[in-house]
Parts: sequence; C-alpha cells; structure tokens
Amino acid sequence: MLTILFDGVAYGMLLFVLACGLSVTLGLMNFVNLAHGAFAMAGGYAASALMTRYGVPFLVTLPAAFALSAALGVVLERTLYRRLYRASHLDQVLFTIGLVFMAMPIANYFLGDQPQPVRVPAFLSGRYEFLGIGVGVYRLFIIAVCGAIAGGLQAFLIGTRFGAQLRAAVDDQRVASGLGIDVDRLFAITFALGCGLAGLGGALAADVVGGVDPSFPIKFMVSFLIVVAIGGSNGILGALLGALLLGVLDVAGKYYVPSIGAFIIYAVMVVTLIIRPQGLFSRGGGR
Amino acid sequence: MPAGAVAAHLNRKARWRPAEIVFWLAIPALIFALPSRALLINEILLAGLFALSLDLVLGYAGIVSLGQAAFFGVGAYGAGILANAGIGEPILGLVIASLIAGVLGLVTAPLLLRGSDLTRLMVTLGISLLLGEVANANPWATGGTDGLSIAVKPVLGLFPIDFNGQRNAALYSLVVLFILFALARRLVQSPFGLSVHALKENRLRSGALGISAAARFVTIYAIAATYAGAAGALVAQTTGLVSLDVFDFHRSADVLLMLIIGGVGYLYGGLIGAAFFIALRDGVSSATPEYWEFWIGLPLVVLVLVGRERIGAFFARAVATGGASLIPGAPP
Repeated sequence: MLTILFDGVAYGMLLFVLACGLSVTLGLMNFVNLAHGAFAMAGGYAASALMTRYGVPFLVTLPAAFALSAALGVVLERTLYRRLYRASHLDQVLFTIGLVFMAMPIANYFLGDQPQPVRVPAFLSGRYEFLGIGVGVYRLFIIAVCGAIAGGLQAFLIGTRFGAQLRAAVDDQRVASGLGIDVDRLFAITFALGCGLAGLGGALAADVVGGVDPSFPIKFMVSFLIVVAIGGSNGILGALLGALLLGVLDVAGKYYVPSIGAFIIYAVMVVTLIIRPQGLFSRGGGR
Repeated sequence: MPAGAVAAHLNRKARWRPAEIVFWLAIPALIFALPSRALLINEILLAGLFALSLDLVLGYAGIVSLGQAAFFGVGAYGAGILANAGIGEPILGLVIASLIAGVLGLVTAPLLLRGSDLTRLMVTLGISLLLGEVANANPWATGGTDGLSIAVKPVLGLFPIDFNGQRNAALYSLVVLFILFALARRLVQSPFGLSVHALKENRLRSGALGISAAARFVTIYAIAATYAGAAGALVAQTTGLVSLDVFDFHRSADVLLMLIIGGVGYLYGGLIGAAFFIALRDGVSSATPEYWEFWIGLPLVVLVLVGRERIGAFFARAVATGGASLIPGAPP
C-alpha cells in the first residue's frame, strides 16, 4: 500500500518536472504547446546517446540533457514559436501537432524505433525495505531531484527579480510590458527553461518507462495535458499537486484494477474539468 | 436591404452551383472508371464524411475538438455490435449507430459550454480516451485488442458490400455521404445555420440580438456527432472490421489535418482535404513507410506559418467560381 503510494509520488514528481514547463508556457503565453513531449524526448535521447556512445557518467548526462533541450527550445522559440503567440488556439494546436509529427520520424530516422535505454548506475539501483515500505533507490533519487527542482523553482519565482517579473507577466501581460518589463525576453528565457526541464525529465524518466522511443511525445502528451488541466495553468504549486495526484492515481489504478487501465485518470480529468473548468488549484478567474 | 432582397440574396447563395454538380457527378464516374481503386475511393469518401462532421463543430460552431474520434468509434462499434447481434441490414444498422453517437454528442455537448479552448480540447480528448478504455475493458462486446470482425448483409438485400463488392461499398458510402452533405448544406444555409455562424463571428453581439448560444452549440454538436457516428458505422460495415484504434488520438488529429488542408467552414473542405490527405499518405507511405508522418507534419507547420486562411480561401474561391480562379491570370 505505502509502496504504491511511494511509487506514485515518484512518478508524480517526474510528471511535474516534465510538465511544469508546459504549465508555464500556457499560463504565461497562453500558448497550447502539444509538442512539449518532443523536448522531453530530445533530452532522453541526449542522455542515452551520451551514455552509450561516449561513456559519460549518468549524473553528468542529466545537466547535458537539460542544456540540449533548452538550447533546442531557444532555437525553436526564436525562429518559429514566437510567430504564433498571437495566433488562434487552433493554429497553435495545428502547428505543434505538426511539430510532433515531424519530431517522431526524425527520431526514428536517426536513432531507430527501438527504445534507447538510459542505464542507471549501480549506486542508484536496488531496493530497500524501510518500515515495511519497499523503497527503490532510483525512485528516491527522482523524488529528491524533482523535489529540489520544485523547491528551487518556487524560491526562484518568489525570491528573485526575474520571478517577480514573470509572475507579473502571467497575471497581466499588457500591464507588465507597460511597466517596462521586457516580456519578449521573459518568454524566451521561460520557454527555454521549460524545455530544459522537460529534457531533464525525459532523461530521468527513461529508466522508469523502459527507454525512450520515437512515440514518446504522443504517449506522454496526454499525461502532460492532464497535469496542466487538473493543476490549473498558473503557478508551480498547482502543477505539482496536479502531477502528484495524477501519479498516485495512475500507479494505484494500474496496480489495483489493471483491467480498466488508464480509465481512472481520464475519468478524473473529465470530472475535474466539468466541476472546475480552470483546474483544481487555479485561483479562479483565468482566461 | 429590404426583407425581400435579403431572402432573394440568401436563396441565390443556396442554389447548387454548376461546379458543385460537376463535383458530385465526377465521384460516381470515378468509381466506375477505376473499379480497382474503389477501396481507396471508399476510404476517402468516409474520411471526407468524418471531416465534414468536424467542419460543423469547428467551422460553424467554432469549437476546437481533439476528440471527434469518440463519436466515430461509437458509430463503428455500434454498427459492428448490431450486425453481430442479428441486425445485419446495413442501412438500419447505420441509422441506429449514428443516432447512438448523436445521443452521446447531445449528452456531452453541455460539458463544452464552459471554460477555455484548452478545457474544451481536454474534455473532448478525454472523452474519446475514456471510451477507448471502456472498449478495451469490455472484450465480450468489442473483441478487445483482437478487434471485432463483422459480417454485413447486402444493402437492401441486393448489393453485397463485403470484400467482393468494393464498388457497391463505395457507391453505398457515396449515397450516404451525398444525402448527409445535402442536409448539412441545407442546415448551414437555414436561419438556424446562419445564427450559429453569427455566434461564431461575434458571440457578444449575437447574444445582444437575442440568439441563445448554448442551445445552438448543443444542437450543432449533436448533429456533428451523428455525422461522425455515421462515418464510423460506414467504415465498420464496408471494411468488416472494427478495432480499438477507432478511438485513437491519431484519428482525431488526422481528421483535423484533413479539414485544415481543405479549409474550414465551407463544407467541401473536409472532402477535398480527405482526398488530398489520403492520396498523400498513400503515395508517401509507399515511398517511405516508416517516415510518412514527417511529410504530413511538414506541410502542416508550413501551412500555419504561411497562414492557413490564404490557402483555404484559395480553395473556397476555386469552388465558388467553378475552378476559374485555379487558372493563373483568370479574373477572380
């Protein structure tokens, strides 16, 4: 029972790191980015390639995955995404679906359709019994890393000047730019950060989901969107709680009632959206 | 404008144009001319019907949906289960299965009245995924992952539409498509359709004119769901197989792409887009079977960046002027 809760929390934390970038993109730019999973896939592939081809240690591949996905994010944001900030949601959906459709064959072409493993080093694998709870070391590592990221992000948003500007821009973009905040620059940096975190999440998740393969962006797109939909799109906390809820429900559902599989999380999402269209943890209002 | 002039203007707009008549006569001619391609033509016709249903939702009601597959799947499984339960007459099965999908649309439409575009996107997607899980969890009815194979009786007891009757199947699909298209055409030109259009253009102003948004959205959504159900039922009947992928995200996304390629909001867009999409997929996937998605994604990205209105308007103008504007240099 507690083991399942523990695994669920670990999975939820992972989902948080994967999806928080999407949550910010949506909250800040009101941009529906269905291609977010492609950045996670890029991170996973980067980690895998660095490890298997160049023998880079696992802990070094994580920041590398972050950096690569963030760089990719900057390039795409500056060249393509920024043109569509003012476009309709339909155009954004079409554009990002198009990107996903392109990302998957590209990955397939260069890396093949077999799942690429990210091997966790010996000191992070294994499992201990602790007060009757089966604790996987790697799961614990995930919780620690993702928890630190969540805490760091929250501190960054609350404590720094950049964070204050970001929050102001999320609340009201026009007034923020009227006050002399360079919203365009904020967008670029935030987008890159979100993509980087997705890449880091992809690298961390590879072992849990059995390797990165070209269908990754589609497989996890729905999970990301559910996190954002349940959590509401403003604030780190909403996304974190949404991700934890989803992670625990998903793991518990698959363990206790495997026959109905993912039914539970979809049902929870639809019911949530019926009751609170802006998400469970949003501050009301919204757009 | 006096009321009489308005009515005359609307009547003139409602008249079938020569280009349209040619379009509809060309399809049966094509089926008879290329009997070996009847399977492909049938697929295009049914994808076109499915895209037509999305056009009603997106082009006329303005709802961005990523879950039109929900109704398609219900129609497909409905027709499959009915046929296996002894109601083998295709037309009866088609009508019942479409109506079931329509009722589902009627029930779920109120959920789309609140929230933002993203909320609607997620609710529509969520419902289709939910139904997919339901179908997966009840293999006694749906065949589970093995799929459901169905034996359909001949249409009207005369025309077999199974594997040996591919031409009949394509003609059967065409007749149904044409009837439903003509109804949709009538619908969007009726006062009801015009009021839905007004709502999409400017909701606040239409509200001030006394047009109730909720009732109209629910109605058109339910009608579109019936259409999607009919498309699903026809696919099930003419291929003799229903599998779990009828509820896939891919299906909703593909139909959205077809509609976008052909252009939103003038009914023919879905048909043109479906023909284009399936021909493209067929051509590219035989050239590069593993990477064909790339060649679907790339034009889509370019389309959005260039501006899809421009390309859509090009096709719309082509239909309106009977193809004259397709010739470079001809006056529009």
